[in-house]
Amino acid sequence: MEVAVTINGQTYSHDVEPRTLLVHYIRDTAGLTGTNIGCDTSSCGACTVHINGESVKSCTMLAVQADGQTLTTIEGLADGDVLHPMQESFRQCHALQCGYCTPGMVMAAISLLDENPSPTEREVRIGLEGNLCRCTGYHNIVKAVLHCAEASA
Amino acid sequence: MIPLGFDYIRAESTDEALAALADHGDEAKLLAGGHSLLPLMKLRLATPAVLVDIGRLDNLSYITDAGDHLAIGALTRHRAVETSDLVRSFAGLLAEATSHVGDPQVRHIGTIGGSIAHGDPASDLPSVLVAMRATLVAQGPSGKREIAVDDFFTGFLETSLADNEMLTEIRVPKMPDATWGFQKFNRRAQDWAIVGVAAVVNNASSGVGLVNMDSLPVRAAGVEAALDAGASASDAAAVAADGTNPPSDLNAGPEYREHLARVLTRRALEAAGR
Repeated sequence: MEVAVTINGQTYSHDVEPRTLLVHYIRDTAGLTGTNIGCDTSSCGACTVHINGESVKSCTMLAVQADGQTLTTIEGLADGDVLHPMQESFRQCHALQCGYCTPGMVMAAISLLDENPSPTEREVRIGLEGNLCRCTGYHNIVKAVLHCAEASA
Repeated sequence: MIPLGFDYIRAESTDEALAALADHGDEAKLLAGGHSLLPLMKLRLATPAVLVDIGRLDNLSYITDAGDHLAIGALTRHRAVETSDLVRSFAGLLAEATSHVGDPQVRHIGTIGGSIAHGDPASDLPSVLVAMRATLVAQGPSGKREIAVDDFFTGFLETSLADNEMLTEIRVPKMPDATWGFQKFNRRAQDWAIVGVAAVVNNASSGVGLVNMDSLPVRAAGVEAALDAGASASDAAAVAADGTNPPSDLNAGPEYREHLARVLTRRALEAAGR
């Protein structure tokens, strides 16, 4: 089945099996491997991308469900060498250790601030409940999101 | 994990969806947000031959004030329910419980109708509909019919929806002056409830629904009767597990769940001001 999506401003159109998961479409078909597969059971959030600006877990969607939609992945955030403010906050606050959860964390955090631009620390922790960091590096991740919110205020 | 292959039909209207169901019977499953169905398909616990995608039926995504009740389209996403001023004003328990469904990513795409039609006793929202005595609207080849929530859930992941019917609307009685409490006990953020309790007190009548205390979403009828007879929160909560048949799994055995049901019911009732 033909699936056409806009990812990071570029149009992709491919014939895929209906059972193709969106994350496989993004990684294997579109070749955008910044989005990671973690648990593959919609628990860990490593595969988080934006569909029409909202965070979703791309391991639990079919590519056909995203047909015609506008997606953003981690590759679509930076403007050339200039990082997105959330990426910059993660860098400044050392909000990553092994880095595996980072793309999903950043995508979830941006969606969180879109909905709640000035969250409390507790709201950040609850807002990121769909993302797991196996390094347990939550302290600096939360710090980075709060830093980004302050910097953007 | 990749689902077993299936034929994919994208419905552009309710009629198209119903026609596809009529053609394929119990070989077909409806796909809304997919956040209950796709995990089952990835684990090959569900292997529908035909998937009918109703995710684009925007006409089934709405929240309207219908006089004595709120009418919520089955394809309304959790995020829309959670943030709706109408729901917050007239069905605060539903808004609160919805904010505990899954996680933000799940709530961006998961739908109230999908969650309800899935019929999972471990899901949060069925308990709310039980407590608030909601009515479900199903549409089939011969038109629409209303189903009282107590007649809707019939077993583990089973509902009274026929193979050729789809859930189109959820009707929640407006309770602007109600007090309520929602308790969800789990070990990790975003997990399903090991046990959950939804309680609402509206004027002189009460409603209490239990999560994960049986093979289907259940009403704590004994608690309601005790409350309506004037019992205190702790006295009423003492009978919360009566008549239930809680599951046993890695998280908890039946006795622990029965204990949780009593404790969480008391907390939910106290939160509701009883």
